[in-house]
Parts: sequence; structure tokens; C-alpha cells
Amino acid sequence: MTSEDWQIIWFTAWVAALSTLLILPFGLALAWTLARRDWPGKSIVETFVSLPLVMPPVATGLILLKLFGRRGGIGGFLHEQFNFDVIFTWRAVLLALSVMSLPLLVRSARVAFAEVNPRLEEIARTLGASDWRVFFTITAPLAARGIGAGLLLAFARALGEFGATIMIAGNIPGKTSTLSLAIFQDVQLGEDSHAFRLLGFSVVLAFTAVWCSEFLLRRKTK
Amino acid sequence: MKNKFLFLVVSLVWFALPVRAAEINVFAAASLTDSLRQIAAQYEKNSSDRIIFNFGASSTLARQIEEGAPADIFFSADEAKMDGLEKKNLIDPATRKSRLGNSLVVVVAADSALQIQSAADLTNASIQKIALADPQAVPAGIYAKKWLEHFQLWSVIATKVVPMENVRGALAAVESGNVEAGVVYKTDAGISKKVKVVYEVPSADAPVISYPLALVKDAQQPVAAKKFLNYLDSTEAGDIFKKFGFTLRD
Repeated sequence: MTSEDWQIIWFTAWVAALSTLLILPFGLALAWTLARRDWPGKSIVETFVSLPLVMPPVATGLILLKLFGRRGGIGGFLHEQFNFDVIFTWRAVLLALSVMSLPLLVRSARVAFAEVNPRLEEIARTLGASDWRVFFTITAPLAARGIGAGLLLAFARALGEFGATIMIAGNIPGKTSTLSLAIFQDVQLGEDSHAFRLLGFSVVLAFTAVWCSEFLLRRKTK
Repeated sequence: MKNKFLFLVVSLVWFALPVRAAEINVFAAASLTDSLRQIAAQYEKNSSDRIIFNFGASSTLARQIEEGAPADIFFSADEAKMDGLEKKNLIDPATRKSRLGNSLVVVVAADSALQIQSAADLTNASIQKIALADPQAVPAGIYAKKWLEHFQLWSVIATKVVPMENVRGALAAVESGNVEAGVVYKTDAGISKKVKVVYEVPSADAPVISYPLALVKDAQQPVAAKKFLNYLDSTEAGDIFKKFGFTLRD
């Protein structure tokens, strides 16, 4: 195992974890709002959130590329005001992973929130608990399994993301190269043995993630 | 009902007839996209055969041919990829020919103010990212890397390099403004209005850029493909290549 291999594995795991962490507060807020509130146009928002799940990842990548490129609306602003570039940097990887995995977290968490009996929340409220306290002591713990499953799905999606990432981050060795991109690259170059080695690492990584989450969930429900 | 029957008969006859028109699969370097499309359009005017293209990085295409992709002709942007296939006995060496030459240029976005007078200027801090075709594998990137190595600049510039799938990817990255500069073929720069050439690499500094083509051993349409190979060798095709900025190798 070379230091480059380590770098790729470390970067992949780290950026996937960071993207999952990043979407957690926003994803939970969105899921809760979708589960508990009604407003006109709700179905439109719901559909929009799920789009990256259904659209070809490369198409999502193209939209992000146009938005965050230096000639794009958001990217142009960031570049001119703060000299801050997204495209072809590690931030682009983070962006792609976050957008691609958000729907998985929101969908799972939403179902989990909807299954929590609202009466329990009302009882807590009549006993004087604030909305935040109700959320953190009643709603979130009761929905923990669904949220946990959503987090795992989001993390898994982030680990394997390819299409959107290659569109906006490219495959820069040592900077934006993730396991999926590196495996693809190796096969293109005919370096199958290295590709197989990386494949092995991704199996280990995926296994660890799933096993840990199963372990945590089982303990939670006991 | 009668209509349906007629349709059935017609389609049966259609499929039973010997197929006259051949489909020739041409796997060609991305930099040949525009010139070859025009040449094929010209060819199809006087032939019932149809030319089907698969454009991409020569390294990718060579890999696809190794894996048994249905190619009749391979047109590579460097000799090394063709050598690889010849060694594996996947092309017909008798049909191999070095047909075209090209040169490298440094391009920037059309509205950029960057000036580049030499290879060393690429090390300037104003250039944060340089798009190349993947210098590990893709001919255009390998040529560019050799050019910079010639001046001992590669180790400095390597950290700025954004490797792209093929040379047209590098061109698109410059067009989009997401990188400050790129190294592409002169012929690629010529087809885009969104970039401008700020430096032409002198042929003395760069490796010889040579495009070989050959018939693939497992070609499904060897006869038709040979005809098209001959046409690619004709003056008529040569004139189109020249129009796009290629040089003819013989």
C-alpha cells in the first residue's frame, strides 16, 4: 500500500463523512418541516429535493458546474468577491457529494419523523418543554433509527459518487481524486492490478461503515 | 390488416436482402473530431457505406480495442498507443501509416489578459490552474508534459495541472474560465471562438506529434474499412485536414 493509496482512501472517507455531517442539520430541518408542516407548493419542494436521486448524476454535475463555475452565478460572485474557487478543488468534491446524498437523508428522516406520534410531542409541550427541547428529547430520539439509516445511506452514496464529482472536481491526483475516480482512471490506463487493490479498500471501507451503523442501531434500540 | 401484412412482407424482404451498405466503425483521437466528421460527410456522398465514429482519448480508445470493442479503424494521436496495439497483434501492421502532424499551443479564455512568452511563464502565480489532457495517459497531455520536462519545468507546473479526459476536455475547461490556461493542439484552438492562442510551442522544443492510423485486426468490415483508409490518404481528405491546421506527414 503506497502513500498515494492512503491519501485516496483517507480523502474519500473524510470528504464523504464531512459531506454527511454538513447536510445533517439542513437535511433534518427540511425533513422535519416536510413531515410536520403543510404549505402551498410543498410537493414542489419535495420533488426538487429528490431530483438528484433520479436525474443522471452527470446532469446534476452539469448544473453545478454552470452555477459554481467562474462564469456562473454563484461561482462568479465567490471568485470576484472573495477570490474563492470551487470548481476543480476539493470543495467541488464536497459540494457534489452533499447535493447527491441529501435526498437520501431527507427521505429517510422524513418518514421517521412522520412515524413519531405527535401526541407524545404535545404532552411534552403541555408539561412546559420548549419546541427545541421537544425535538431533541422526544422527536429525534424516537426517529433515531430512521435518521441513522438515512445518514448511512447518505454516507454510502457519498463514498461512491462518480458522475457529478468528475464533472465539477475533475480527477486531480492528490487533490480531488476519490476511490471511484481513481479506480476508473486505473482501468482507463490499463493498470488493473492497482484498480483491484483500490477495489479491495472500498470493500473494506463500505463494510466498516455498514457494520458500525448496524452495531450502533442495534445498541440504540435495546 | 392488409397494411400490417404489407409492412411485414416489406420488412422481411428488407432484412433478407444482402446488406450492401457497411457500417465502418472508426475509433479516433478527440482532436480529429471536426476534421474527420467533415471528411466522412464528403465520403458518404459517393459511397453507400456509413462511417460511425467513436471519439475519445487515444489511450481510452486503445484500451477499448484491447477489450474487444467493435472497431474497424484506429486513428491515434500518438505512435505509442498504436505500438501497444501492434505488439498485442490487434492491428494490421501492413495498413499502418503515420498520416498527420500537429503542434501544441497554450490557450487562455478569449477575454483573458494573460500574456505568455515562454514555457517558464506558465509558472507565474497569476496562473493557478492549467488544464491538460491527462499527462499520464492521453497523448496531448504526454506531449505537453514532455515539452515542459524539456525545460525542467514539469515538477513546478505539475501541482497546477488539472488533468482532463481528453484534449477537448482541456479545451472546454479553458473555455469555461475555470482554469487560467491550457495546453492543447493548435487544431483544437482553431475550432473554438471562446479561447485564444497566446503561445505556440516551437516544434524544436516539443516532441514530434504524429497521428498513425491502421486497420484493426478484428475489423468486421475490413473491405469497406480499407476503402475508407485509402480515402483518408487521398489529397481530398488531406486538404480538409490541412484546413483544420494539421500537417500531412508524407
